[in-house]
Amino acid sequence: MAMEAAEIERLIQEALPNAKVTIEDLRGDGDHYAAYVVAEEFAGKNRVQQHQMVYKALQGRMGGELHALALQTSVPEDA
Amino acid sequence: MSDNPVFGVIQQEIDENPVVLFMKGNPMFPQCGFSAAISTALTNMQVKFKGVDVLENGEIREGIKEFSSWPTIPQLYVKGEFVGGCDIVREMYEAGELQELFDKNEIEHA
Repeated sequence: MAMEAAEIERLIQEALPNAKVTIEDLRGDGDHYAAYVVAEEFAGKNRVQQHQMVYKALQGRMGGELHALALQTSVPEDA
Repeated sequence: MSDNPVFGVIQQEIDENPVVLFMKGNPMFPQCGFSAAISTALTNMQVKFKGVDVLENGEIREGIKEFSSWPTIPQLYVKGEFVGGCDIVREMYEAGELQELFDKNEIEHA
């Protein structure tokens, strides 16, 4: 089972409308991605909470049809 | 939330062991690259930790995801607190923050 990068981006963007999302297909197999998410919504949250927000945006796909998504989150510097 | 009986088992593990890694396989024979990476990092840091093999117990394997609100394995707990999964723990390890966390909590060496 695999998931399109554009679909991952769409789901994250939908939950975090102001986020800047960059998706990288690490192996070109549609199954191992890295996502960099920069969002104002992360302000005041710790890293665990930031990642939980992204996982929530993915609506249960993480760990299921989305096998591997290396995640890096941060708050924009001007926030 | 507390009506899931496996939560009691998980709570007991993290209460009784200062550092617990929920992982696939065990520290000697990890069964997944992500679990291996974290387990190796802890071993290199000479930290005493308990590895809980979720492949041996399907209830813990599913239960821990709900318990932590975290969809993937491995998961690291220090002094009863969820620290993170593979990405966060690796980031902390590389930044020296993981060592700081262990020092602060006076974690025993292996």
